Amino acid sequence: MNADPKLTPAYDVAALRRDFPILSREVHGRPLVYLDNAASAQKPIQVLDAMARFTTSEYANVHRGVHYLSGAATERYEEARRRVQRFLNAEHEEEIIYTKGCTEAINLVAQSYLAPLIQPGDEIVLSVMEHHSNIVPWHFLRERQGAVLKWVDVSDLGELDPADVARSITPKTKLVAITHMSNVLGTKTALKEIVRIAHEKGVPVLADGCQGAVHGTVDVRALDVDFYALTGHKLYGPTGIGILYAKRAHLKTMRPYQGGGEMIREVTRANVTYADAPMRFEAGTPPIVQTVGLAAALDYLDFVGRDAATAHEDALAKLATQRLKELNGVRIIGEAKGKGPLISFEAIGIHAHDLATILDREGVAVRGGHHCAQVLMERFNVPGTARASFALYNTVAEVDALVSAVQVARKVFG
Amino acid sequence: MDSSLRDLYQEIILDHSRHPRHFGPLATANHMAEGHNPLCGDRVKVYLKVDAKDRIEDVSFEGRGCAISVASASLMTDMLKGRSVAEAERLMGGFLNLVKGEDAAELESDDRETLEVMAGVSAFPMRVKCATLAWHAMKAALDDEGAARTE
Repeated sequence: MNADPKLTPAYDVAALRRDFPILSREVHGRPLVYLDNAASAQKPIQVLDAMARFTTSEYANVHRGVHYLSGAATERYEEARRRVQRFLNAEHEEEIIYTKGCTEAINLVAQSYLAPLIQPGDEIVLSVMEHHSNIVPWHFLRERQGAVLKWVDVSDLGELDPADVARSITPKTKLVAITHMSNVLGTKTALKEIVRIAHEKGVPVLADGCQGAVHGTVDVRALDVDFYALTGHKLYGPTGIGILYAKRAHLKTMRPYQGGGEMIREVTRANVTYADAPMRFEAGTPPIVQTVGLAAALDYLDFVGRDAATAHEDALAKLATQRLKELNGVRIIGEAKGKGPLISFEAIGIHAHDLATILDREGVAVRGGHHCAQVLMERFNVPGTARASFALYNTVAEVDALVSAVQVARKVFG
Repeated sequence: MDSSLRDLYQEIILDHSRHPRHFGPLATANHMAEGHNPLCGDRVKVYLKVDAKDRIEDVSFEGRGCAISVASASLMTDMLKGRSVAEAERLMGGFLNLVKGEDAAELESDDRETLEVMAGVSAFPMRVKCATLAWHAMKAALDDEGAARTE
């Protein structure tokens, strides 16, 4: 990979790749070309080492014991929370709630914040490009409490007009739930503008930051967003750890999510009182080791440089888009201006799963299917797409591999 | 190109997927079921007309999916016409074994030869469900269950 052309000066992708041991393996006898990063990113050795070091030297349960290790583990666990706080530029530490992923973070808002507020006929505004994790929790409120889901469409390019969000908000709207970056189209939404519009009408906003947090800087204070959900494993961290940022103003009114240890103040036979945020929402033994891994992943991102990584990824995606478009019969789905580094595409006449299978045999890992976004598939009238998504360690050679694998598919299907 | 890819996407499979036989609803059907793979979104409806002697008088399918699932459905409908219900179930058993790379001793040699074109799927465990979807729908139709799912 040493000969890989540099897309951005001073960005040493060959050196970075050495931090990711899995990238040197082969698949079906060919070098792995991992372009399924939007589903989950690979982990650098720094993250794996941090978790191993913690587990072998400082591990114990947190917020429980009085013994030395419990104190040390608790300190690392809370240090990781402050690390995430810095990552998101949150004002207060207690605004950072640990969850097992983005899905749980959104479900937590649905159940703890919104469910108690919903009367039959109340509305939730969401876009057609949401992932199922930002759709199904709201369907629960529709099924159980009579909430109404209001869908904001996107243009054929996949762009979302904040004015359409404004038009969807009525006096009955209780929440706007919208992605920061689409996992299928790559569209980055004008989140700050959407929040401004919603707040003018007194409506809070939840952003699904699963992809958005990976490809760009997130400043929850500048965005003024009420809730921001993200997951660790797409940020080069471990699975089983996610984050809900919730603005302090909402924390007091949010009811507990799950009941159990750590989230209580006092339990008697007759009564229970609850701990304050964030522990009120963190019942049971949390994913302790994973919080340390997540903090290490955020350190790693800073070490690479978030802007440098984003610039590199964007340059790769731009190159890949251009090269794919040069092939006959390839259609790109999602061409919003300023989109993030992922490409959904169709090879005309080849189903996404056939395409993904052929690419896989060429060593190229892409996602094929509906990407947990069936509403969007219906909007674009496709059964599924193939999706190549780029990370900080991908290379120009890998773009070449993708393009030639698509050519192989075209050959197979004549 | 990988040789297992050539085995999977043989010309006959591509032909069935491009020009599926017995495609479309069957007005005279007395059994119907829909197969759905929620993981990939593939859907196939299988229609059967079974006569009083438990013989499959006519059969068709419709739906959309990958080359493997469409070719498999097309091939299946080609084979089922004129067979008894018991034979259809035996064919299905043999087919399921074949695509999992197992022995399909229950198949007559002619049937085995016909279905053998799908055996390449066994090298692609992630795609076995695509190949079996229509067959599960056919079984659900015969059993009047209305729907089948593979995932």
